Amino acid sequence: MSILELRRVSKVYGEGTTEVDALTDIDLAVEQGSLVGVMGPSGSGKSTLLSIAGSLEEPTRGEVVILGKSLSGASRNDKARLRRRTVGYVFQDFNLLAGLTALENVSMPLELDGVAMKRARVTAMQALEQLGLAERADHFPDQLSGGERQRVAIARAVVGERRLLLADEPSGALDSLNGESVMRMILAACHRGVAAVVVTHDATLASWADRVVFLRDGKAVDETLPPPSPEQFLGQPSRGPSS
Amino acid sequence: MSVRHSLLALLSEGPKYGFQLRQEFEASTGDVWPLNVGQVYTTLQRLERDGYAESDDIDADERQRNYRITSKGNEELSHWLRTPPDLSEPPRDELVIKILVASRLPEVNVHDVIQVHRRYLVQVMQQWTHLKEDEASLDLAFALAVDAELFRLDSVVRWLDSADGRLRRANVSEVPNESSGLPSNQKKTGVAQ
Ligand SMILES: Nc1ncnc2c1ncn2[C@@H]1O[C@H](COP(=O)(O)OP(=O)(O)O)[C@@H](O)[C@H]1O
Ligand SMILES: [Mg+2]
Repeated sequence: MSILELRRVSKVYGEGTTEVDALTDIDLAVEQGSLVGVMGPSGSGKSTLLSIAGSLEEPTRGEVVILGKSLSGASRNDKARLRRRTVGYVFQDFNLLAGLTALENVSMPLELDGVAMKRARVTAMQALEQLGLAERADHFPDQLSGGERQRVAIARAVVGERRLLLADEPSGALDSLNGESVMRMILAACHRGVAAVVVTHDATLASWADRVVFLRDGKAVDETLPPPSPEQFLGQPSRGPSS
Repeated sequence: MSVRHSLLALLSEGPKYGFQLRQEFEASTGDVWPLNVGQVYTTLQRLERDGYAESDDIDADERQRNYRITSKGNEELSHWLRTPPDLSEPPRDELVIKILVASRLPEVNVHDVIQVHRRYLVQVMQQWTHLKEDEASLDLAFALAVDAELFRLDSVVRWLDSADGRLRRANVSEVPNESSGLPSNQKKTGVAQ
């Protein structure tokens, strides 16, 4: 089942002489459990695509469908609930609130969604444990390393019953091993059934995805082919279309 | 990949037979560089000829011969480890040549050519990354070798990206190639920023 579908989505910023076609006729379907990479240079529309997919912004034309429901007809409330409950976001920075501990950061979306604080904290603790961050629970963001902060951000993005994880350059300024940990965590969420979209200019990050779509001037110009099956690579069976 | 010095390194741990050296070589490179047994025996003969390794079993079949490193061999190994390989001459890179050629041909859209190579490289990277996905059973030598390959491929993609941008700025590709499978990008978005 597709968790996320973009149907001929376009986004125009500004008007008249300042008009910018940030996205043009994007079609994209992300299945449950799959990790889709979107690769493109700076200014190609990656962040715009992600904001529209997560209903942080409205498309100018076209339709966003999440869990089979079109957002076009959805009320403000419906969309707000979707953002709290179904979609998790990870950005390059500004992910955590400085005044809250790691645990509080992770439990916040649940509490905002009306889950009782005690229960929210227990669920948040489980998410941190799963990601090997239990002993960092009471640390404030400025007491965490960059890699740990980003992992807490992912814990927050997948806590509860999230179905869709949207990540914008999630390994931003991290070194390559921390970047790898971030991608491993996103992949682990996918193995639990979450659908994920990671947008990046970085081929090493994108190579963790099942499928990579190439964006250029707001258009999807190309995408990777699934490896021919049963193709052998270094004597090992290659990965199928998606697990 | 210096097979010669890798075998010397394995012998520096203690005397070994040819078949053993082959197994250990492949294990130490995480099976990324396979080695055939014939290569092992020829290399051992050369090491012996050069005085870096020796064996008592002179008359035995090569499969029965047990080799050990000599002190000259140890010196050679130590010298080799500390000598940087010569990276000052750029290798003749076929991909670079293809892009340089494509950028000069007016009937070819160089950006489409770049994208064909970019996609291929990302696909190969996906396959390498997939091999290190299972962290619990990830062999350390294998992980190191896979990382080296991923960094190498990544640097090629980065070069393609910068070539793409540089060629756009220079407006080399003014003629869109209609026969190409990729859309020619008619855009009003800000490339120039
Ligand atoms: N709020 C905005 N107002 C006007 N133009 C915008 C806005 N956001 C993005 N853009 C433009 O849209 C294009 C795509 O931007 P963006 O999605 O941020 O690209 P990327 O994330 O790939 O760098 C760029 O040309 C950018 O300048
Ligand atoms: Mg961006």
